[in-house]
Amino acid sequence: MAKELWKGNEAIAEAAIRAGCRCYFGYPITPQSEIPEYMSLHMPKVGGIFLQSESEVAAINMVYGASGAGARVMTSSSSPGISLKQEGISYICSAELPAVIVNVMRGGPGLGTIQPSQGDYFQATRGGGHGDYRVIVFAPANIQEVVDLMQDSFELADKYRMPVMMIMDGMIGQMMEPVEWKKPPVNPEDLPAKPWATTGTKGIHEPKAIHSLFIDPNESNDHNMRLDAKYQRIMADEQRYETSETEDAELIFVAFGTPARLARAAARLLEEEGIKAGVFRPITIWPYPYDALYQAAAQDSVKAVVTVEMNTGQMIDDVRIAVRGCKPVSFVGQAGGRVPTPQEVVAAAKSALGR
Amino acid sequence: MASGKVTFRQERCKGCSLCVSVCPAKIIFLDESTTNIKGYHPATVTEMDRCIGCANCARICPDSIITVERN
Amino acid sequence: MAIVYQKSKGLTDVELHYCPGCTHGIVHKLVAETLEELDVLGNTIGVAPVGCSVFAYKYFNCDMHEAAHGRAPAVATGIKRVLPEHIVFTYQGDGDLAAIGTAEIVHAAMRGEKFTTIFINNAIYGMTGGQMAPTTLVGQRATTAPLGRDREHYGSPIRMSEMLATIDGAAYIERVTVTTPANIIKAKRAIKKAFQLQIAGKGFTMIEVLSTCPTNWGLTPVEALEWLNNNMVPAFPLGVFRDITAEEAK
Repeated sequence: MAKELWKGNEAIAEAAIRAGCRCYFGYPITPQSEIPEYMSLHMPKVGGIFLQSESEVAAINMVYGASGAGARVMTSSSSPGISLKQEGISYICSAELPAVIVNVMRGGPGLGTIQPSQGDYFQATRGGGHGDYRVIVFAPANIQEVVDLMQDSFELADKYRMPVMMIMDGMIGQMMEPVEWKKPPVNPEDLPAKPWATTGTKGIHEPKAIHSLFIDPNESNDHNMRLDAKYQRIMADEQRYETSETEDAELIFVAFGTPARLARAAARLLEEEGIKAGVFRPITIWPYPYDALYQAAAQDSVKAVVTVEMNTGQMIDDVRIAVRGCKPVSFVGQAGGRVPTPQEVVAAAKSALGR
Repeated sequence: MASGKVTFRQERCKGCSLCVSVCPAKIIFLDESTTNIKGYHPATVTEMDRCIGCANCARICPDSIITVERN
Repeated sequence: MAIVYQKSKGLTDVELHYCPGCTHGIVHKLVAETLEELDVLGNTIGVAPVGCSVFAYKYFNCDMHEAAHGRAPAVATGIKRVLPEHIVFTYQGDGDLAAIGTAEIVHAAMRGEKFTTIFINNAIYGMTGGQMAPTTLVGQRATTAPLGRDREHYGSPIRMSEMLATIDGAAYIERVTVTTPANIIKAKRAIKKAFQLQIAGKGFTMIEVLSTCPTNWGLTPVEALEWLNNNMVPAFPLGVFRDITAEEAK
């Protein structure tokens, strides 16, 4: 199929519709407002629901209701708006409902800036709201990958009955790239039934209740342990990553999203200077591909590991967990909306190698 | 005058007295000679022949423990 | 003998956890009786709030969805938009609806969301232990207003029915109470009308029910009914504030 030129945010919206999403609730915020704009025009054409809510708080709770009623549903926002959604995400996790949440990240903290950032890594990978929970987090690095991962996001959300988050910096939302629509569109009517949904008893079955209240401490503990067992299964089964030239590398860059592209550019510059550098790119940042990164870093050839991030150093915590002290780990990055240059990354790599 | 009959699901009574307060025949009382499993004196009627079956008691009972019948 | 009153099939057999004499139980059964009489129990999804009625999802004999504090109208919006032929209701207290969830109820009304809200106004936070609510009367004592609500410090109680009645999307707004058998019959009639207008697709409907909290008011259940009549009714007048069918009939 021919490639088409798509803007990131519009591709996200179109990919969701093609993945069978028929329900979108959201609130405008830069740099992701093209997602609700696209949805408002195109969702009605497929008989879907688009609703602009009064707040991100309301939007995520509309998602909560619609998901409980059995819809394939999503919302999107950017960093400050994702903070507002955290309450709802916590409820959706506890009530075990599927949903897809897109975060086109901008610089923070506070109102921050509208420029691209990866400052929400901790929030995305550590739960983000209150209580013990996780969400599956995809971190695509280009628009084609965004499109390819969208159907997987909805499928994993249904499979594990939990939110799947897709996070990318604002650059991916705002830029245009060629896209190939590889997967056939999903007809929502062909999706498996959701026997847990509250769609009325029809007088046939006992009333169902979707809730996250377990006031008895034993019940609450059991509920948490059951959720954790699910998260452990996901950690074992759903890790995704990509490596580029990591075999026998002298230095390994670790980066997700846009900085992985910067790291590849830096690796090429280093190659010109006779330094072999590879890039390890987590595609899921939760579950984090700890073991695969350890194996890459533990190679005898590797002298240093450098993380490249558009924040002040968040993923580096996971990299240190993965590397287990077997190699030195250092950080290069820019935060709050500034994008690092390949030259800065090269300089950090040389410094890590003592050159 | 219609004659009625009230039945209390006494094990669920919380002794709130709302039924006592709205009975026009003033025949409902909390039975202090007994205590239910919740620790309350449950509502009861002994002069059932004076019940008119108006259902005021059942209508106001927050715990839906009263059934009313009428001729 | 024929049965003239018995427990509604719209309620499950789970025992209510409410304090003795709490009027939540009365309102629960009015909603349950209405759903039973309209024969829509199998087609209804209720949304439970956070507050004393948080366990409402165990009591109604229909599918239920429990929401976060104040968010019931947003959750109900999501459900009703996906299932427009179903009956959807929220059951919310004054902290839930008139404080933390003010934005959600106002905007649900603005959009004319076709669900019914049952709003329990007892002028206090019950579950958390008698703190001041936005509906607490001036001078009324609460655990966070130990000397009584001070108008200078906190303003006057908010009248949600009057406020929401100004919104075009509201189809029916009435304030009722359940202090006497006659008032209970009137309240039932109001609740039934709200659900009927929802079924007719007329827009947002809300019934505010002035209710008691004997425990946190420090009164017996019977005294609490009298206090409500003497103090709350003058501050929150009973009546119909919006009726789109009356306007259409003109």
